[in-house]
Amino acid sequence: MNQDQYRILSRRFDRRDGHKLEAYEADGGYRALKRAVGELGAPAVREEVKASGLRGRGGAGFPAGVKWGFVPQGAETVYFMVNADESEPGTFKDRYLLDYDPHAVIEGSAISSFAVGAKLCVIYIRGEFGWLVDRVQKAVDEAYAAGYLGQGAFGGAYELEMIVHKGAGAYICGEETGLINSVTGQKGQPNIKPPFPAVSGFLGQPTIVNNVETVAAVPWILEHGAAAYRKFGTEKSPGTKLFSVSGPVRRPGVHEIPLGLPFREFFTDWLGGMADGEELKAVIMGGSSVPVLTAAEAMETALDYESLAAAGTMLGSGGMIVIPARCDMVELIQVLMHFYWDESCGQCTPCREGTGWLHRIVKRLRRGEGAPEDLALLERVCDGMAGLTICPLADAAVMPMRSFLQRFRPEFEALAAGRRTIEPDSRWAREIRS
Amino acid sequence: MSVPVEDGTGFGLGEQDAARFAGILARYPTRRSALMPTLWLIQDRDGHISDAAVAWTAAQLELSEAKVREVVSFYAMYRDRPQARHVLQVCHNISCHILGAQPLLARLEGKLGVRRGEATPDGEFALEGVECLGACGMGPCLQLGKHLYEHLTPEKADALVDGLRRGDPPRPDTDRDLEA
Repeated sequence: MNQDQYRILSRRFDRRDGHKLEAYEADGGYRALKRAVGELGAPAVREEVKASGLRGRGGAGFPAGVKWGFVPQGAETVYFMVNADESEPGTFKDRYLLDYDPHAVIEGSAISSFAVGAKLCVIYIRGEFGWLVDRVQKAVDEAYAAGYLGQGAFGGAYELEMIVHKGAGAYICGEETGLINSVTGQKGQPNIKPPFPAVSGFLGQPTIVNNVETVAAVPWILEHGAAAYRKFGTEKSPGTKLFSVSGPVRRPGVHEIPLGLPFREFFTDWLGGMADGEELKAVIMGGSSVPVLTAAEAMETALDYESLAAAGTMLGSGGMIVIPARCDMVELIQVLMHFYWDESCGQCTPCREGTGWLHRIVKRLRRGEGAPEDLALLERVCDGMAGLTICPLADAAVMPMRSFLQRFRPEFEALAAGRRTIEPDSRWAREIRS
Repeated sequence: MSVPVEDGTGFGLGEQDAARFAGILARYPTRRSALMPTLWLIQDRDGHISDAAVAWTAAQLELSEAKVREVVSFYAMYRDRPQARHVLQVCHNISCHILGAQPLLARLEGKLGVRRGEATPDGEFALEGVECLGACGMGPCLQLGKHLYEHLTPEKADALVDGLRRGDPPRPDTDRDLEA
């Protein structure tokens, strides 16, 4: 299969000059923005994106065009924010877009801002991507200088200001209301919804927050039309998707695939299977927050929103973590529970206390001080967290916890009974390059 | 050094940084929304955000010092005290863990003679385990300042520390040559 035919978002990933305005314009860049402003007008842009069926690529998968439609008609001040906080473990696709194709993100953001009537666009980049903040700022400066942004752009027909905002290390700022509060100059703690940001967000005004990958698809959709976009993917999951793959496979990295591709084919043809004689044990399909699948379950599913839901997991951010047979699943869940405990913003008691409890119980098991009752206790703590908090961070901890416990129960039971099923692995890191 | 932005808090910006600060204020729709970039400006210059910087920022942005402090303390990357010269932050989340973050941390502990979370007595190095750095496919990885070192091996980690001691560190993986 020719994998290059699916490259909508990743067209410039292997070019050394793809980040430059000159190269982007030579590829037809900014034509879609000119057409949106000069010919189509905002309602037609919204209709086209809605017709494409493009779903939000940050994790929740809500249709982008429908979300845009929630902005109240006639709203005077609207804000548009691009979520480049990308902090979900296993996920690094947006980093590639910002690094290799920043102008696609800027053009997509400008078109999306135009579609919802925003005059200020904020690109929120996680603080750990320090070098990318500089890279994107440079590209934004280029776009200003070329007359695509700022005062007097398009003969005054559409003037958009764009801010590159640097986060400072907080996973929760990837949640849209947390992100908005962070830009406001507050702690990035989420708000209860409703009101939804599309109605009342930044400074109390309608605010649309979209993921980097979502906006990056918009110029292509305008250029080629919704029907062309729908030729990729499935009826309910149209288009292509970037998967960021980590773990000991032969070709880790970011891969663009048509949605609906069988995992088996992706694993074999795109990733080249396992590296270094490793054996596949489990797969986390969409970032560390989604339920884990066993190797057998993974092999029977396809990579789209519906198939993964039917398999008991989620597409999420497309952050695929491939787990080899040598890994102790209790050890891995301890790593993840430490993360959620560390990143809980502390606002809601079930999350603040629950993540800490989950981490401590798993740690106790691994120290050999656990008891058989601990497994039921883990489940009870999960029950006290799921769906009971302002934002989904508690659920993000509960979903992996419950699924690890369910699918790899013998490893937990053995530890609770004082036995180890897997010897701790202490091998040194190896070179894995694609 | 000229201190054009001075308001009695004992803290001031130089001319160049004062201009940057004015640029930030002009871009953001409210003074409060300029808080995070202002804190970055100060930390990039001073290495941390001192009590005087907090007082100055609060006065400039018309916020209480408590509001500034809660933001400084909420975010992992703002520092409220001076740091070691080189802060080595090794990702220990799931993907890097699978690819060997723990042995890598252990090697660096041995090399530097400190445990994770500590700094060397001479203030040259600090070693930290941190959560996901967004280099999952290129793990295990380490953050140093604005850049990442990826696909780390114990040998490469040793070479990095030796290079930093000599003042000639290897080039980070994210600092690629961008000229076509």
